[in-house]
Amino acid sequence: MSVASQRRRMAFARFSTGFRHDRAGMAGLAILAVFVATAILAPILIPESALDVTKATGGRLDSPSWSYPLGTDESGRSMLLLLAWGTRISLTVGLAATVISVVIGTLFGIMAGHFRGFGGHALVGVTDWFLVIPFLPLAIVLATVLGPSTMNLIIVIGITSWAGTARLIRAQTLSIEGRPYLERSRALGAGNWHQMTRHVLPNVFPLVLANTTLTVAIVILSETTLSFLGLGDPLAPSWGSLLDRAFSSGAVSSGAWWYVLPPGICVVLVVLAFTLVGRATERIVDPGRAS
Amino acid sequence: MLRAVVTLVFVVIFNFFLFRMLPGDPIGLYTRGRNQDAEQLLELRRALNKPLLEQFLTYIRNPFDQAIDSTRFSRPVWEMIGERVWPTILLLGTAIVVASLVGIWIGIRAGWKPGGRFDRMSTGATLMLYSMPEFWLGMMLLIVFSVGAFGIPGFFPVGGMSTPGVDTSTPLGWLNVLWHLVLPCTTLILIYLADYALVMRASLIDERKQEYLTLARAKGLRDAVVRKRHAVPNALLPTITLIFLSLGFVVTGAITVETVFSWPGLGLLTYEALRGPDIPLLQAIFLMFSIAVIVANLIAELLYVTFDPRVRS
Repeated sequence: MSVASQRRRMAFARFSTGFRHDRAGMAGLAILAVFVATAILAPILIPESALDVTKATGGRLDSPSWSYPLGTDESGRSMLLLLAWGTRISLTVGLAATVISVVIGTLFGIMAGHFRGFGGHALVGVTDWFLVIPFLPLAIVLATVLGPSTMNLIIVIGITSWAGTARLIRAQTLSIEGRPYLERSRALGAGNWHQMTRHVLPNVFPLVLANTTLTVAIVILSETTLSFLGLGDPLAPSWGSLLDRAFSSGAVSSGAWWYVLPPGICVVLVVLAFTLVGRATERIVDPGRAS
Repeated sequence: MLRAVVTLVFVVIFNFFLFRMLPGDPIGLYTRGRNQDAEQLLELRRALNKPLLEQFLTYIRNPFDQAIDSTRFSRPVWEMIGERVWPTILLLGTAIVVASLVGIWIGIRAGWKPGGRFDRMSTGATLMLYSMPEFWLGMMLLIVFSVGAFGIPGFFPVGGMSTPGVDTSTPLGWLNVLWHLVLPCTTLILIYLADYALVMRASLIDERKQEYLTLARAKGLRDAVVRKRHAVPNALLPTITLIFLSLGFVVTGAITVETVFSWPGLGLLTYEALRGPDIPLLQAIFLMFSIAVIVANLIAELLYVTFDPRVRS
């Protein structure tokens, strides 16, 4: 056990050295640090009354000024403060949905790769089905049935976005299953559970890690899209629902660019940052795949 | 082929049971946000009180039944979809053709010299576009080029497919449609080409490692000839296949961008169905999009088998 943990510590040290030398990855990490800090500090620095429509002090769709650096929304609230709170909600939904997606994906991937026969085929079939069915129509149908709330949004995104991970993990599992040490452990009488958790999982884990960061990027985009369509919690000011309200309150036709531009830039920055970190991780843990 | 049919059958089954599996009052779900008279409610209750199996058999016998009415518009759902298909095909078709041409061109230039100046610039730009919500890009284009901001006068229409009152069957009418098409189409082109360029680039980089390219160079062929005659044709096949496979991603763009520009296609219809929510219409739209994507997948598979002798074993 101590040998294994020592090896793991060394692998981690190698990984972090490699990551520190990756400029794009470090840039992504720096952007993420700023957003995470904003998300954590938002409730401390900004009183919740800033989100209250009845206590709003600004005018309707005011353009940026000294007291409202990013202008105001249709009910006179400061866009800057809404945006900071939005960071919190968007990141929370993004991370929670990613956890669901990656857990289901890894579970299905490992099991589909490990079990042969009917069970394995059935798992592959389910994965393929979710891969083929177009994401947004499926998510819309599910979200409509469940009703709009932040929790449901997380569930919907989680169960519509795991298939890619499952396919990747299954391929990796298949290549590991062919290795001699698994044959050895089978010969020594290891059960399915032991093989999957002690041998397959540690081996696919680096790949899961790289895949997770890339999944967060996609999931945050999905959250924005679904919230824009009004499928999120209408009261929580996530970036997507800010854009939804900008659209439905006529900010676009009155040229209120300060209502539309900032939430989008935040989305682009966060998604780009996660993509950069994900690609850097992939380059280090799996040099063969990354180009 | 068989797989496509099985996938489709599961879509129909899923489509039917999803809306019946959930707790709560189904009548409430069907009539949320509207007031209906007692007669309609009774009719709905009678239909929903039939045994589940009977309802399912009726549905699966003909999911395209003309008798399925939208609860919000009180019209056959498939008639509404039929009207809305063409604008979507016009918008998406134009966007996909332009985006794949430009995207493949960028991908070839970037992938032939990976790490070069063009590659770094184009990869940066495509990654940026890839990270953008397409409807946001649409809203920004709308603000800048249609409403007018940052000193640019608005020139393009705010939305719709043609100016009301203009006859779209005359050449002048076509120009009017074209004028309305510019902004939504540009939005989609920018988003799609990012995806296509990245795929083509990766595919060409893979191809560069092949030995037959070394042979072609050893024969003394010029670099441009090696690229055009040897590398690109081989790299093109996976890219074109992926363009077909990415139709699911294309559909996402269609729904939100049509909403932003009020383009009267299937995407806008989805948004309208959502506002209800109009369950029968949503079910039909989901089925429609799934069929489109499954057929596109099938085409991709057939393309591969026809043009790549290596997979024909």
